[in-house]
Amino acid sequence: MSLPNDLFQFSALPAAVLLAIPLGGFMARVYNGERTRLSPLLAPCEDFCYRFCGVDKNDDMGWQRYAVAMLFSNLVLFILLLLMLLAQPALPLNPQKLPGLSWLLALHTAISFVSNTNWQNYSGESSLSYFSQMMGLTVHNFVSAASGMAIAIALIRGFARRTTATIGNFWVDLTRSVLYILLPLSLLAALFLVSQGVIQNLSPARAVSLVEGATTEQPRLDGLGHPMLDQAGKPLTAKVTVTKATIPMGPVASQEAIKELGTNGGGFFNANAAHPFENPTPLSNFVEVLLILLIPAALTRTFGVMVGNPRQGWALLGVMLFFLVLALSMLHWRESASTPMLHQLGIVGGNLEGKELRAGLAGTTMFEVATTATSCGAVSAMHDSLTPLGGLVPLSLILLGEIVPGGAGSGLYTMLAFAVIAVFVAGLMIGRTPEYLGKKIELREMWMAIVTILIAGVVVLIFSGLAMITPSAVATMANPGAHGLSEVLYAFASMANNNGSAFAGLDGNTPFHNLLGALAMLIGRYVPAIAVLAMAGGLAAKKYVPPSLGTLPTDRFPFAFWLTLVILIVGALTFFPALALGPMAEHLTMAGGN
Amino acid sequence: MKELKPAILMCLFFTLLCGGLYPALVTGIGQALFPRQANGSLIFDQGGRLVGSTLIGQPFTAPRYFWPRPSATAGFPYNPMASGGSNLGPTNPALLATVTERVGALRATGITGPIPADLVLASASGLDPHLSPAAARLQIPRIAKARGISEETVAGLVTSHTEAGQFGVPGAPRVNVLAVNLALDGISR
Repeated sequence: MSLPNDLFQFSALPAAVLLAIPLGGFMARVYNGERTRLSPLLAPCEDFCYRFCGVDKNDDMGWQRYAVAMLFSNLVLFILLLLMLLAQPALPLNPQKLPGLSWLLALHTAISFVSNTNWQNYSGESSLSYFSQMMGLTVHNFVSAASGMAIAIALIRGFARRTTATIGNFWVDLTRSVLYILLPLSLLAALFLVSQGVIQNLSPARAVSLVEGATTEQPRLDGLGHPMLDQAGKPLTAKVTVTKATIPMGPVASQEAIKELGTNGGGFFNANAAHPFENPTPLSNFVEVLLILLIPAALTRTFGVMVGNPRQGWALLGVMLFFLVLALSMLHWRESASTPMLHQLGIVGGNLEGKELRAGLAGTTMFEVATTATSCGAVSAMHDSLTPLGGLVPLSLILLGEIVPGGAGSGLYTMLAFAVIAVFVAGLMIGRTPEYLGKKIELREMWMAIVTILIAGVVVLIFSGLAMITPSAVATMANPGAHGLSEVLYAFASMANNNGSAFAGLDGNTPFHNLLGALAMLIGRYVPAIAVLAMAGGLAAKKYVPPSLGTLPTDRFPFAFWLTLVILIVGALTFFPALALGPMAEHLTMAGGN
Repeated sequence: MKELKPAILMCLFFTLLCGGLYPALVTGIGQALFPRQANGSLIFDQGGRLVGSTLIGQPFTAPRYFWPRPSATAGFPYNPMASGGSNLGPTNPALLATVTERVGALRATGITGPIPADLVLASASGLDPHLSPAAARLQIPRIAKARGISEETVAGLVTSHTEAGQFGVPGAPRVNVLAVNLALDGISR
């Protein structure tokens, strides 16, 4: 442990907040179509895109059209990626001659990327070609993040506009998100990551002569390739000396940058950002955490600017930071404290099972909190090996709906749905018509907000329950007892909330998990997205109600405090029983010495 | 259906821009400015033979080498084509059994007192190239004895191979195992 390194790694959080201020203001200008410093370079490119695609940038859409455009764009991207993964051997840039994915795995992976989840049932280095990684996954990283941002902007416009039927043009919001925000930042970040040692090339994997080599027990196979068994039915093994290894190569940095910035999280390699080629130094760890938090935090500022009162954005950001700091303290404390079993063996220095040394324990805990507080889901440690209460932290952050600060776009719109509910409940308690940002909150808004918030929870609980009564699904758990339940709960929480991180011992590449997981990701992404757009459409049509004496000020501390309580109550009521049976039960048995 | 045409064309536009131009730009500039890093920070011996990468750990079990962290990769330890952790939960009896065995193996080499966690707990990638300085120092007597060189010489190598921060920002202190083992081979065969 080194205190300077710990403080440096934790400072990624305040650094993200500081950078979010100018970036959020810039984003507001971009979405309003105002000129920015990048306009001289990018405006011609933007106009070319509209001409090429036949889009009129002044053609504002109603919410239904906006939703249809969003769904069509995602559908086309999904189909293209699915075909790409299936046809991998026939496509270029496949120096390892990798075969196509099975159709179930391709289906799951394509849905996973189009929905901004990026759950990995595939293992990047051994199953995806450079072509699939670049032309498929990297593109989805950009566009799924941009889709989420566009929906958030549409909802902001719903609050900001008065008595109008339109909420903006989806194609314009999508194009501007990619061109002005995601692409320039990714380019800078990718080049910085290359300087740190993240690889970026199109070479085939390299054969290495190991300095000492390794001996390993490998199963003996008969002439037909089946494992040979002894009389007791145990597999026979033979000692094999390994003198050569293969080091994977590929265009990693370009994907790493957007995977963090777009809160996507699908790793180039199986070990994701724990792989030294994805996250090689303490500095790269700091920058990756910063990238993960940047856009969700900046969107609160964009929101404040676009509704004409930056304090409204600060109130939301304050709530987010409260949860973030709480989660970080808890995780860091539990992982430093390690477990009684390790103490008894004389092992000191925290729980390092499933963690890397480069960024220190602080760099790792900061990364894991950032990645699950957003919808990123990249990991620099194996969550399955976290201490029980340590593992409770990422799980709870995901179950809360990834709102602190949440995914690119999806975090802000889910948080705004919570704000609508908080305003409504407060209105009921003081007997006033609830208003938020000068718009009356009525039946339609409440319906849409509740759907947005509860749908993921419903999916998590029902699907986890289904897994528990399906023998083939129970067999996919890698760890026994309460921890096994945590694995399944985490899997569906992660997919329904489009996070993508995992308690990775669980064998997800089975028909059960591929199909049910794909369904969870689809429901978790598109039901809230459409509900949010419907809410945006309804709000835009409403007239502005000026604040009166009876209006609850939503840009002050009391409201932020109230919103925090509402989030806690909704989260606790929905998930406490499941969490008590998983991580909490495991902690109690561990502390009791069993 | 009016939105189907822009959906298809946008998909094409972004595939070429974000999947073609952007990675090509990063590859071009990255290869020009940082060729060593972009190609995997590879290490070659005097004969020009590729022996590894500073970022990818390797298995070592002989007493004359620094032993790296345990690795849970499939096939063999530190298999770079199968990155990943053990994914064993903290209360899994299998984890406890494995760690107890590793502690026993270390104790058998004469190590007493507390054991740094990184020496007996597997990393997340299974490829962690580093050890904590404490974990490296514990191994100095064994290596010095096996190679017949002084403990001071080995300790000097540990110190000179300990990295921390860069550009004035701090980082976790750590020793690159492959680099320090190659340095050991450089002074005594």
